[in-house]
Amino acid sequence: MTKRKKEKRAVHYSYRFAILAAAFVLVFLGSFVVGRYAVSPGSLLKILISRLMELVSFGKWSLVQTWTQREELVVLSIRFPRIVCAALVGAALSAAGVSYQGMFKNPMVSPDLMGASTGAGFGAALAILLSLGYLGITVSAFAFGLVAVLLAYCVSRFSRFKASMALILAGVMISSLFSACTSFVKLVADTTEQLPAITYWLMGSLSSVKMVDLKFAFWPILVGAVPLVLLRWRMNLLTLSEAEARSMGIHTGRLRLVVILCATLMTSASVAVSGMIGWVGLVIPHFCRMIFGYDYRRLIPASLLMGGTFLMIVDDIARNIAASEIPLGILTSFVGAPVFIYLILRGGLASED
Amino acid sequence: MRIEVKDLRFSYGGAEVLHGISFAAGAGDVVAVLGPNGVGKSTLFRCLLGFLRPRSGQILLDGKNIRSMDHQELARQIAYIPQSAAPAFNYTVLDSVLMGMTSQIGVFSSPTAAHREKAMEALESLGIAHLANRGCGRISGGEKQMMLLARALVQDAKILIMDEPTASLDYGNSFRVMRRIETLGEAGYTVIFSTHEPNQAFRYASRVLALRDGRLLADGRPAEVLHEDTLSALYGIGVAVRCAEVDGMNYSISIPKGEK
Repeated sequence: MTKRKKEKRAVHYSYRFAILAAAFVLVFLGSFVVGRYAVSPGSLLKILISRLMELVSFGKWSLVQTWTQREELVVLSIRFPRIVCAALVGAALSAAGVSYQGMFKNPMVSPDLMGASTGAGFGAALAILLSLGYLGITVSAFAFGLVAVLLAYCVSRFSRFKASMALILAGVMISSLFSACTSFVKLVADTTEQLPAITYWLMGSLSSVKMVDLKFAFWPILVGAVPLVLLRWRMNLLTLSEAEARSMGIHTGRLRLVVILCATLMTSASVAVSGMIGWVGLVIPHFCRMIFGYDYRRLIPASLLMGGTFLMIVDDIARNIAASEIPLGILTSFVGAPVFIYLILRGGLASED
Repeated sequence: MRIEVKDLRFSYGGAEVLHGISFAAGAGDVVAVLGPNGVGKSTLFRCLLGFLRPRSGQILLDGKNIRSMDHQELARQIAYIPQSAAPAFNYTVLDSVLMGMTSQIGVFSSPTAAHREKAMEALESLGIAHLANRGCGRISGGEKQMMLLARALVQDAKILIMDEPTASLDYGNSFRVMRRIETLGEAGYTVIFSTHEPNQAFRYASRVLALRDGRLLADGRPAEVLHEDTLSALYGIGVAVRCAEVDGMNYSISIPKGEK
């Protein structure tokens, strides 16, 4: 009887995955249609299919053009990078979040616990201060995100605390150090142009995303995501105590380092192109656990898909709700905080089944 | 499988905690480790599991030093059953047991139907198969201990190290868990468990190691080596040991009398 029950559960989850994947595709396509400049769904599909055929055939095949040049420009050059970026950043932040939560054995941990965001924020602020230009900001943010986490990791290695506790403490310290640095940069920045630019960047937005950002974000996020997807069952072991995991034959130190590297690559790349977008890495993993259970075999793919879907929706709202764009970080907080309060009031976040 | 400990010494920083421990245990031995709090029981276990590097001395498994084994190889020989703690995440009982098979599953792989079958068999043999899909935060202490036991059994190790297996269990569940440990011994496992209850050593163990100040005070059959003065010296209180006959079986029992 129990065996049949188990099989039934498996089917259940694949159903849910199908629904989630369908939602992802629908939101992805739907995001092209919403916006100030109307694009009909028919033209949209034709533009996308035609472009895909061109890519596959190296420019030999395409559909007969029945859409306007303007529609193509809006779809391919403006909305495409932005929507793909939203999906990438959402997926990256929530997968990094779910990984960190397992590793720190704590469902309240967010992917920037070890300083990835504050490091990146400082990198961006510094680049704006030095007028390094658009690409310079992205690169600098990415680099300082990595530097912050590596610093925290090195500090934790010399600590006599237990590994996960040492990482948390070191992360908190390095984070506050970098946010102090950011405050200092703001203090000395020129108040007419640089300070608003820094402030706006820190609030998180995808409004200025171009194809070049997409390329910049894509590779680090892919490189970070692949090991997590491959190691996804093993990550369950990190939620056990150090002694238990080791007695089962796991090299906890190595596995932890891999997870930190991957999550940091993904978070830094995300923050570098989109600025600071909070809550995604905290709230989406919770929903994933509610729907898909606790096994990382399902949690990693589920959080990638759900995070991507969520941020595409939030970005759709950000570019349509008001006359001027609302920074994403503000919107995700408006969504995330009440959801979290609800979860706290319901009690027993992680023990809920 | 035979585990042999030779003149094991361990120190944290400058302070030596274990001062030359030697013992050996083979298939079928159920070894109780007795000793007051902070005497080095946990340190001894952590050395046996390869977590801590002894300052000197050797730990041999069938003559092979555990220092020359990697994590995976060691995991196939020795399983560890911790004191049950509240898990951070509410995995199902089946998923928790599957984690015990890590050393048999490739780094990039997940458990297959065969692994699940084996886990179910282990749960069935311990009488908790009906809990397979229950969250492990929603089962009783006794059931949790059985789940941890199942997880250790699927690891296919022949030596089981248990840290106070009946801590925080009620009278009935303590008996069920200990009785299970006894049958594991009969099935050829080597079980090494720590306990604070001398009566458990009398009742279930075939061997007892009494540890005091990092040294072995006694090593042998519980009824033969756990004398009143040994227990008194061990815990610093007056202890009486009596014999009781129940249904034709003789049991030794210890009773604390008072301060010495």
